[in-house]
Amino acid sequence: MTAHAPEVIAQHQLTADEYGKIVAILGREPSLTELGIFSVMWSEHCSYKSSRLHLRKLPTRGRLVVQGPGENAGIVDIGGGYVIAFKIESHNHPSFIEPFQGAATGVGGILRDIFTMGARPIAVLDSLRFGRLDDPATGARNRRILGGVVAGIAHYGNCFGVPTVGGECIFEPCYDGNPLVNVFALGICKKEEVFYAKAAGAGNPVIYVGARTGRDGIHGASMASAEFTEEAKQKRPNVQVGDPFMEKLLLEACIEAMKTGAIVGIQDMGAAGLTCSTSEMGSRGGVGIEIELDRVPQRETGMTPYEIMLSESQERMLLVARKGREEEVYRVFRKWGLEAAEIGVVTEDGKLRVRHHGAVVAEIPNRELADEAPLYNRPHTHPPRAGLIPDLPVSKVQRTLPTLLGSLDICSKRWIWEQYDYQVRTNTVAGPERTDAAIVRIKETGTSIAISLDGNGRYCYLSPREGAKLAVAESCRNLSTVGARPVAATNCLNFGNPERPEIMAQLVEAIEGMAEACAFFDTPITGGNVSLYNETLGEGIYPTPVLGIVGTLKTAEPVTIPFKNAGRAVMLLGGIGECDDTRFGGTQYAKEIVKQLWGLPPALDLGREQRVQFAVRRIIAEGLAESAHDLSDGGLAVALAECSFGPNEIGALIDLDSDLRPEMLAFHEAPSRILISTEFPKKVAAIAEKYEIEAPVVGVTIEKGIEIRQRTITLGAWEIGALQTAYAQAFESYVR
Amino acid sequence: MKFGVIVFPGSNCDHDAFYAVTTNLGQKAEYIWHDSPRLGDVDAVILPGGFAYGDYLRCGAIARFSPVMGAVGRFAAAGGLVMGFCNGFQILVEAGMLPGALIRNRGLKFVCREVRLRTETVNSPFTNQATVGQILRMPIAHGEGCYFADGRTLDELDAEDRVLFRYVGNPNGSLGDIAGILNRERNVMGMMPHPERASDPLMGSTDGLTIFQSVLHAVVRA
Repeated sequence: MTAHAPEVIAQHQLTADEYGKIVAILGREPSLTELGIFSVMWSEHCSYKSSRLHLRKLPTRGRLVVQGPGENAGIVDIGGGYVIAFKIESHNHPSFIEPFQGAATGVGGILRDIFTMGARPIAVLDSLRFGRLDDPATGARNRRILGGVVAGIAHYGNCFGVPTVGGECIFEPCYDGNPLVNVFALGICKKEEVFYAKAAGAGNPVIYVGARTGRDGIHGASMASAEFTEEAKQKRPNVQVGDPFMEKLLLEACIEAMKTGAIVGIQDMGAAGLTCSTSEMGSRGGVGIEIELDRVPQRETGMTPYEIMLSESQERMLLVARKGREEEVYRVFRKWGLEAAEIGVVTEDGKLRVRHHGAVVAEIPNRELADEAPLYNRPHTHPPRAGLIPDLPVSKVQRTLPTLLGSLDICSKRWIWEQYDYQVRTNTVAGPERTDAAIVRIKETGTSIAISLDGNGRYCYLSPREGAKLAVAESCRNLSTVGARPVAATNCLNFGNPERPEIMAQLVEAIEGMAEACAFFDTPITGGNVSLYNETLGEGIYPTPVLGIVGTLKTAEPVTIPFKNAGRAVMLLGGIGECDDTRFGGTQYAKEIVKQLWGLPPALDLGREQRVQFAVRRIIAEGLAESAHDLSDGGLAVALAECSFGPNEIGALIDLDSDLRPEMLAFHEAPSRILISTEFPKKVAAIAEKYEIEAPVVGVTIEKGIEIRQRTITLGAWEIGALQTAYAQAFESYVR
Repeated sequence: MKFGVIVFPGSNCDHDAFYAVTTNLGQKAEYIWHDSPRLGDVDAVILPGGFAYGDYLRCGAIARFSPVMGAVGRFAAAGGLVMGFCNGFQILVEAGMLPGALIRNRGLKFVCREVRLRTETVNSPFTNQATVGQILRMPIAHGEGCYFADGRTLDELDAEDRVLFRYVGNPNGSLGDIAGILNRERNVMGMMPHPERASDPLMGSTDGLTIFQSVLHAVVRA
């Protein structure tokens, strides 16, 4: 074979050095098919070549971790003989090109990652970022993307039959040309019934099941590893089309087939399709895999080996069965009306050997292909710095609270989550906007799982390290606020172009911050996803690491956000907190009222944060809190309003003993603060004292209205109905 | 008594219905596979929610042709009790076992939320434990739940006291606020809301149990 022309190599997004390494591995020039295979496996998306060196800094082990990163999903022991499998993944680039199918197949992909491990998916959450819906220039497009993404998630999840129980949705101009669609899924199975994506046993048959292979999604993985340009809009054919009904059948059939005992290993075909599943399964098992492409079920005629190997057609799985027991597997797939075909065999030589019409078209050592992509320690300098403190206008708390409650980030997202079936499977103890973390029960064990997704691009832009720590802290705090103990985490790292040293610096600092906080809270990262090159026309997104943390609690009626009764003490665990002009620059107040971003994110003291969380969990375990809500976007005033939006419309009269300026007092976002209402303030105070945290009684719940005072001077007084209208109806006016 | 829960490819509330009538109601149940030509010894049949056969073409349009639907038809003709919830309702309508049609929600979006239902008749094996006018809280979760029928059919439903539930606050544009109906013989019912999701105190409401308790009462009394 002759060497490929430099432009062909460049089209495959391989550098000259990488090409040289390929030639060295093969001992010859690669065929075009082999070049395609290397290009997807060594793409940023599949190989993590820019991030892997730094990802090693993350804590991944823990007492309850059964499986850390490296498999399709992380596995954590929840006791009672059961484990959960969970992971978060991005589908950012496809969702920009084709919002509905891009988001739908994002859900499909992560669901397969879960059930390929033998776990039945029981919850989905999503973390979304879009450009502003009210921007005169880009608003119309952003609304179209939002509508498509939400409908796509709804379409896939609802039909598949998994509840979408929560998530978050934030709007910033930096996501205009680059929305983020991060989908988290969690499943459950018996501890001894976990399956791994590992091939073993020379001579065992390799079986293909599910949808047929077509020409869709070819080079999706490499598309997700490049910045967007004007031509990106031409890439629509690269986005796959999802079929949730097929996926539902695949789920039921796989779970049933796994129970036969005839399956050795199984992996879904996601990014890089057949290429990735064969080489990774082979590599993990230290074996070879030989396949004949003529036997691959195909939807179109005349497909080349290159196209078959790189197709990202959805709803396909690859499995290795025990020789002689294939029929048991086929029987199950026939029952569910699914196609299954033996396409190859496990070999001893450690190579991925691909035949087409009998002739070998690719022969590559699995380990080098799957695990030895070049790793880059890309240069990193300093993250970009935000501007200086602007002149801060004086804004009345009275007028500001309704404005913030009706702002895009803070207002109710009911319009979104009502399109999701958040109840199917009848496990949803707490769905969207009822509590700080979603709660799904495990019927089999009497335990429940709490889940929270958190990320704050503004904080991370101001300080990637502190922002990432704050995201971990917030996610753990959300779990603690419902009484759950955080046990493990998954992460989705959304960043710009790592070849720019200042962007690489954001990535490195965020990972290091996350590592520190996850180690501190004992929430190891069990898997996740890195999405780089989130740039359009040279404009990078804010660094947006998203954390998905899961916790466990005993199944019981949850402690929800709203105040339940008048006459209860309102206590602020963690105290009023501190802030100054510098630390005020990343808040929602800065965003919506000052319309700028400056300074630093709120200051976090990990030790204090943890003591507050210990205390609130104790308080909830002892049944002392009637309501609980942590302070986050919009600070104390926004949290107080949200606590008043319950069915009984119980409000509160608050008097704060503080020297802060009124608007800073009401809206600063210092972490480690939780607002509770209680009938037992003395018992709560005793627990707070034990954990050495402040827990002032800041007021009392009342029948009607909300009032905030500062040392007896009224800063604002509102009717709950008016605030609720602003909060509940805003989103609808933005999407119209 | 024993409930039969039909499982079509794409059913996804089958486990929930099974759990509601076994764990929450305390009765027996079994799953019945869609290509089964017989129902076995069940006392009542549930067609659960979901997306049978992907709901391709039209909701319930393919499911009506599955072998088990012949058996369900014969069971109903012999007086057996048949319930269709959500997708099950859509299938019963497509199969001609209930009148009318379920079309796209007026808001053109899938809607998942708790609704309030007013009980319109207690003269049925599905509501004999309720009182007329009783308000039941339970969720809906559908994209095509807008009940539609011609004027004559609607008049007939009214005249023959065959409307089981009407929405208080219509969520989907259903004509006459209709949420659930009976066939003429009063042994087949369909409703868009999900009683199986409102059968456990942890799920926020147990009003759905009223329907299952009514069926139990009807079967045990018979």
